[in-house]
Amino acid sequence: MSLHDFTQVLAKTPFHDRLALHSQTQDWTGWNGYQTPRVLDTVASEYFAVRSSCSVMDLTPMEKYLITGPDACAFLNRLVTRDVSKLKPKRVTYAVWCNDEGKVIDDGTIFHLEKGVYRLCAQHHQLDWLMLSSIGFDVTIEKDTHKVAALSVQGPTSFSVLTAAGIEGLEKLKPFGIIHTKIGKIPVTVSRTGFTGDLGYELWGTPKDAHGIWDAIFTVKEHGLFDIRVIGLDTLEMVRIEAGFIMPGFDFNTAETTIRADHDRSPYELGLDWIVKFDKPYFTGKRALIKESKRPQKRCLVKLIAEGNKVPTSAFLFDGKNGNKIGTVMAQTWSPILKSSLAMADIDYNDGKPPVEIWAEIYYQKELKWHVKWAKCHLQNAPFWSHPRRSKTPPNPV
Amino acid sequence: MTKKRNIVIIGAGHNGLICAAYLAKAGHEVTVLEARDQIGGGIAPREFSKGFTAPGLAHLAYPLHPKIISDLEIGNNARSKSRTINTISLSKSGDHLHLGQSSASGGSLSSEDQEAYSAFKKEFLAYAKALSPLMMNKPPRLKNMDTKDKITLAKLGWKVRFGLKTDSMREFLRVGGINIYDVLNEVFDSEALKGAIAADAVIGHHMAPRTPTTVLTYILRLFGETENRQLTSAVPNICEALATAATSAGVNIRTQSKVEDILLSDDQVTGVRLSNVEEISADIVVSNSDAKSTFLDLVGVQDLDAMFVHRISKSRTNGDVAKLHFALKSLPNFTSLDAESLRHRLLIAPNMRYIEQAFNPSKYGEFSERPVLEITFPTIDNPALSPDGQHTMSVNASFAPYALKAGWDKKRKTFTQKVIDTVAGYAPGFESLILDHELLTPVDIESEYNIKGGHWHHGEIAIDQSFMMRPIHGTAQYNTPISGLFLCGAAAHPGGSINGLPGRNAAQRILAMTKSGDV
Repeated sequence: MSLHDFTQVLAKTPFHDRLALHSQTQDWTGWNGYQTPRVLDTVASEYFAVRSSCSVMDLTPMEKYLITGPDACAFLNRLVTRDVSKLKPKRVTYAVWCNDEGKVIDDGTIFHLEKGVYRLCAQHHQLDWLMLSSIGFDVTIEKDTHKVAALSVQGPTSFSVLTAAGIEGLEKLKPFGIIHTKIGKIPVTVSRTGFTGDLGYELWGTPKDAHGIWDAIFTVKEHGLFDIRVIGLDTLEMVRIEAGFIMPGFDFNTAETTIRADHDRSPYELGLDWIVKFDKPYFTGKRALIKESKRPQKRCLVKLIAEGNKVPTSAFLFDGKNGNKIGTVMAQTWSPILKSSLAMADIDYNDGKPPVEIWAEIYYQKELKWHVKWAKCHLQNAPFWSHPRRSKTPPNPV
Repeated sequence: MTKKRNIVIIGAGHNGLICAAYLAKAGHEVTVLEARDQIGGGIAPREFSKGFTAPGLAHLAYPLHPKIISDLEIGNNARSKSRTINTISLSKSGDHLHLGQSSASGGSLSSEDQEAYSAFKKEFLAYAKALSPLMMNKPPRLKNMDTKDKITLAKLGWKVRFGLKTDSMREFLRVGGINIYDVLNEVFDSEALKGAIAADAVIGHHMAPRTPTTVLTYILRLFGETENRQLTSAVPNICEALATAATSAGVNIRTQSKVEDILLSDDQVTGVRLSNVEEISADIVVSNSDAKSTFLDLVGVQDLDAMFVHRISKSRTNGDVAKLHFALKSLPNFTSLDAESLRHRLLIAPNMRYIEQAFNPSKYGEFSERPVLEITFPTIDNPALSPDGQHTMSVNASFAPYALKAGWDKKRKTFTQKVIDTVAGYAPGFESLILDHELLTPVDIESEYNIKGGHWHHGEIAIDQSFMMRPIHGTAQYNTPISGLFLCGAAAHPGGSINGLPGRNAAQRILAMTKSGDV
């Protein structure tokens, strides 16, 4: 793949040929400069692949950075809010990083691939922030997004599918674990990670092996035992909301893209206090966050279930029916598996506490005619969707 | 009474000593740690050749601010007792230009230019005076101001609005941010006069007359002439007087004590560690070192926010002036200049174009082909600095960039020769008088005086690195993100030169914060 082929606005991932073959709709969009499917068949069929059988998604466009050198751990520990020194080799952790003011720049996962070798996966381009953060650290940062072909294989049958595809050792792989293994004869790194809240794995190989990895998985489908479907971004959006995962840049404005005062968000304001650790070496934003932690919380990105069957798309939220405006829905979906209307919402807190009542004013269409209705919303602390098999080792073969 | 604090000050330069004296007088236990074997930093005398001493980095200075002299009861030691030092801008034709504080002569000046010079100096001195509330206080924060900040801004506003007359205020606001080149062309006809004034605006900086903010640097230099002060060559006296003031206030000064680390616990300063691994505990640490050394080396990047580190590391701190010391058999013979005139400050900056052209190569990592020179003969006033009948000549040579493309090791001789040739152009036979010499490039200044980049002012004094943005915003009020750590050197507001205000203002800030319980 040429990185500088300017005749092509969006780059093609190493899986592109296969994606194009599976795509009934040829409905593409851009993701970090790569051409990526929005929907390949129907959202319904893709969604139920994730929740009921096995889904495959091309993860290659996700920003990936290889971080090595004597100070790799110290560098990452100064970058993110949680203690990276506790991350053992062959383990993965979720992390956020902040600017000096303690506002979140992005989130992502840190893979401790081998002792002292880390990969940081991020939603958005981070090389400039990483380079800027590396001043004074003996560390090498390499953006290797295009050097890694990555697939996310998620769903209740993902363990069985990948085992049938010839990956050995999956039965011992715990959640957030990494193994360096093979699929058939192809070397591949597998992590038990995902963005769906269910059992799932992510496969990391080289671009030249991309077709081999893909074909090894889909051969299992050809044998007729398992249904495997390729999914696009639209389905991902549904399942990530069900799983309660946040999307920087969509659910909140990332710090380095924020111009207006108070439009950025701290980890506390995103409900991420559980990954802010003060009992670790200094990290960027720590002083600001210590101060913030002593003040009553001003607002929070929360999970809401709206009563009824109307999705509160970008709805304003109020502290009562026809009450005062207290927030906005940032992301929403109808959850087919939960039969409820789910939302991620940015709401104001009052004296450090969420409002007692939250109501959404929902505008919706019936045959292109607009209607409005009020729906009471309920705060949800745990992820909307989770399944015990997600954390069970070995997962029950299905 | 505030609780007595144990305070360590890093660096016994003039600002460190001033800050120490203030804090000790207020009853605190103060230790000053100096890496070198003598105190004074850039104002300490320096024996550069056997029997020949030069006044270190600063061979001329405006005396300390009178407020400091009276506060610290320095007496008259540091006041200029010596006679007036004027500027003589040399001309190859021998028609040299003589500049006093308020009058100019020689150089075939027209009477219009002579009058314009007096008016210009008066006007610009008024601008400098108008800035005094800003110079004498911590720079006010524009967001989250405290009462003191509001008072400073109110006083500044009053001084600018009513201290200056309406026309002056308009003119001040018009020229404050622009370059000296345009302003001087508006006011004067004589190229020599414009060159001499422009040289003062850019000396010590990585700037030429056409660089924006050179009016500001000129005004800040003129601040040294406020309160009836005059340029003095008695710099070593300032150093001695400050040492006496600090010691008699109870300050403990330790030389050869190089601080390697500022120690922290839980984001609070706990002391320092010396290069000999000795640890000295302290409630408060005040760094007279530059911002890069303080934060990047002594504190360490691991204890600071990423963007803060980035902004500190990107601040412009590369020096562009070399210091040369010559041991001479006898005083050189400048064309049409009597020996008496050598008591004054000689300038080789015949016009603004000369300065601009001297500056151009330094933008690309090369030194000037024909450098701008500021020359003094310290041995005329103080014969003890050299063997009988022989003399020391001290030269500031601009421009000599810190990051010389070819590397200074290979180019020392070439540059020295260019300086010698430039002098010889005005003083034929100069080279034959040289017994010995020393070249201090910005790289040498960095290593000898522990100043990152070897910059006179610990960082360029441009608008974006001045006042509430000095050294960078977020640590411009002498306190730093680290609790108990302060800046007191030229890296802090109002910056370089020998006025002592950073040290004094820092002490005021520390005393206010200890009193209010913030430290």
